[in-house]
Amino acid sequence: MARENAQKLEDGTELVPVRKPMDWTIVVLRVVAFLATVSATVVMAINKETKSIVVATVGTTPLSVTLTAKFHHTPANVYFVIANGFASFHNLFMMAVHFFGDHTFKDKGLQLVIVAILDMTNVALLSSGDGAATFMAQLGKKGNSHARWNKICDKFEKFCDHAGGAIIASYIGLLLLLVITVLSIVKLLKRN
Amino acid sequence: MHPNSSAESMAKITKRLCTLVLRLMAVAATLLAAIVMVTSHQRTSNFGISFEVKYNHTPAFQYFAIANAIATVYGFLVLFLPSESQLWRLVVALDVVITVLLSSSFSAALAIGDVGKHGNSYAGWLPICGQVPKYCDHVKAALISSFVGLIIYLLLLLYAIHTVLDPLLLKKT
Repeated sequence: MARENAQKLEDGTELVPVRKPMDWTIVVLRVVAFLATVSATVVMAINKETKSIVVATVGTTPLSVTLTAKFHHTPANVYFVIANGFASFHNLFMMAVHFFGDHTFKDKGLQLVIVAILDMTNVALLSSGDGAATFMAQLGKKGNSHARWNKICDKFEKFCDHAGGAIIASYIGLLLLLVITVLSIVKLLKRN
Repeated sequence: MHPNSSAESMAKITKRLCTLVLRLMAVAATLLAAIVMVTSHQRTSNFGISFEVKYNHTPAFQYFAIANAIATVYGFLVLFLPSESQLWRLVVALDVVITVLLSSSFSAALAIGDVGKHGNSYAGWLPICGQVPKYCDHVKAALISSFVGLIIYLLLLLYAIHTVLDPLLLKKT
């Protein structure tokens, strides 16, 4: 299995590529980061809560209004879902490249550069998605008395809890992706 | 004497100048963004009720000002790093962290600014830009300046990978 990739040298000995321990560290971190970002995407995308509020009482029958809170009511949450989707796809792609296609690139340097650049791009994207969703969630939880924006989390508790969970999962994914980026850059350094 | 030393020193001076110019522009952009955000404030009176908006009414704008201030201080300190120091490798890693900080602060301020400009009908949040247009313009200017700084930091990251790490092994040793 490993012998298929072996090269024969002039004196008959064989060079077999060896997987170093840092490669396995990066793969394990990518798997966990993938799980974190996928769960953040899914939990935020299916986040929805419906609530009926009694507005007035006419005689003996109460009039109720049905209010729904969905994730796409806020553009920041939509961007959060998109950014986490991109990040999980990136992690999946990198895992696939590591397991199946590690020897397709003849130029190892180019592969390492592309991996590092893609990692950095996805870190920036994921961090911006997280930042926007965090501050929108803070606005929903505390409101803003100066602008007379009321908080909504006291009425839609489940919605806010799910959104908070998705944001926490995304931060874990961001931290791991940051560590993976630093390790990819270190791999570039070691090559010199 | 090496025959191509003048070409090498020309290349080094070009590289140093390029990095310096980019970093100076980034420092200027983030400094401008922080200052414009901190000085944004407006007071209007509506039907006798006075309505005052400052940047520190919103935690997102406070975070934006702090993040841009940190990026300014970091960029200013890196300007004085000598060209041969080994610390340039640390600078590459710190550049990633500062880019992450700037991008998250920019996006948070943009999200809150969008609520201020367009409101959110589902949550019953009314837009405030109609009442305080000067404040909204100030915030818009700060956001644009910070975005320019973010783009420059992204370019600096790519440039740092090219020069410091030299992944395609273009430098002859």
